[in-house]
Amino acid sequence: MIELENVAYSYGGAHLFGDVSFRLEPGSFHFLTGPSGAGKTTLLRLCYGALQPTSGQVRFFESDLGAMTRDDVALMRRRIGVVHQDCQFLDHLSVADNIALPLVVAGRDMLVQVPNLKDLIGWVGLKHRDSAFPTELSGGERQRAALARAVIMSPDAILADEPTGNIDWDMSQRLLRLLIDLNRTGKTILLATHDLSLIRAAKAHVQARVLRIADRQIQLAGSDL
Amino acid sequence: MKAIFEHIFEIVTVDATSGIVPRSGLNAALTAFSSAAMAFLAVFAFALALAAGQLAKNWGSEFAGQATIVIVASETDMEDRVDRVLQVLETTPGIALARAMDLDEQRELLEPWFGPDLPVEQLSLPRLIEIFEEGRGFDAESLRLRLAEEVPDATLDDHARWQQPLAKASSRLRGLAVLSIILIAGVTAAVIALAAQGALAANAQVIGVLRLIGARDDFIETAFVRRFTLRALAGATGGGLIGALAVSILPGSQSEGALLSGLGPSGLQWFWLLLIPILAGGVAYAATLGAARRALRTLP
Repeated sequence: MIELENVAYSYGGAHLFGDVSFRLEPGSFHFLTGPSGAGKTTLLRLCYGALQPTSGQVRFFESDLGAMTRDDVALMRRRIGVVHQDCQFLDHLSVADNIALPLVVAGRDMLVQVPNLKDLIGWVGLKHRDSAFPTELSGGERQRAALARAVIMSPDAILADEPTGNIDWDMSQRLLRLLIDLNRTGKTILLATHDLSLIRAAKAHVQARVLRIADRQIQLAGSDL
Repeated sequence: MKAIFEHIFEIVTVDATSGIVPRSGLNAALTAFSSAAMAFLAVFAFALALAAGQLAKNWGSEFAGQATIVIVASETDMEDRVDRVLQVLETTPGIALARAMDLDEQRELLEPWFGPDLPVEQLSLPRLIEIFEEGRGFDAESLRLRLAEEVPDATLDDHARWQQPLAKASSRLRGLAVLSIILIAGVTAAVIALAAQGALAANAQVIGVLRLIGARDDFIETAFVRRFTLRALAGATGGGLIGALAVSILPGSQSEGALLSGLGPSGLQWFWLLLIPILAGGVAYAATLGAARRALRTLP
């Protein structure tokens, strides 16, 4: 589904990664961990085509990123939902409008999707906040809204970058449960976090692989987690 | 070309991207204001072009097929000179009618400059003979030579002496007016392109979010182009209306004594003014599309 093969990435003369290879299989659940500044966000950005690798190959659904046009990348991103740590909303639109935005972008008739939209907003527990603006939401609410936006197009994969970074433990657990629920419906999940307790909590409920960034390489973490 | 029209139609009629670009900001106001101001100026330039054309037409048609002979002679010789000139004209081919203007007609001619109470009887005025041509007209040079020989006090004025420079001047005036409209369109394009560029830079985060969720470049372009085109259209409509109102209060053709009267648009010419907001919208469309494409190439 998403595959990195011998990927290296340099920025401003600094080598962030060298020879990174891994593959996200359909329906898999991966954690991406490592200390702050290790490059989790950069690796995640490589995983949804926001960055081009310095060398190596990134493949999405069997297509090479290097051979993709800008339009191809845009269409590919509709199959990958992304949740950022800072959520990235359009602050002048309501929560419901932000969640529905991928439908507008994809040109689907929003009215047809309204029952689904309401269900989705209810699923992330924001029914009472759908007309609020993003700036009026708490950190946890913003993350759940971002997750709802990421899944509204029913993507094949969901990539989440430190979604629990700014929220309390209970809210982290709630968000994790939502991601586990999505994985149970066959979605591929890649969750970047430095919070090992979250990974341990998840492992009780889901078969997850843990990728750890260390020394500019990716390692498959073992039972030490 | 068809694709461009379809894109413009989509921008004006389909509101899929409506609301995605934030409404507020100096750029928005700048676009509307500059479009309004430019449309206002364009209306005047357009009116000037029409007026120049109208003047050339008026002067051309009013005196087409006409000429005048001016006789400067003493009071005692005047009637004799008039008769001799009329005899010459009777034998000149290409002249349908020649007649001497009476004092009342000459007073009427002088009235706009000297008022109705001018005592023309007491003045030593030249006599005027009006000539109406027929067919291909008369040979002015031959007539001049004959008059010089037979009635040296008479001078032929076939209006070409002043008509040609005026026609030339009005033609140049029209050229300047058209150039002004082109310059106005250029300045409008530059201002809107700068405003759009500023808006795109200020909304880099919006563009980032749209790309994150899979927006194609043409969707983002349309969102910005729609916003700026509609703003420019609205501003230009307002400015054009104010300009049209100002032009409409110019002196009409019936105003007494107005030398440059009847120069504003009239009748169907008013419909040409509708083109100004449409032109502004087209200019805004092209300027914003260019700015958006440049910006989207550089933004991550």
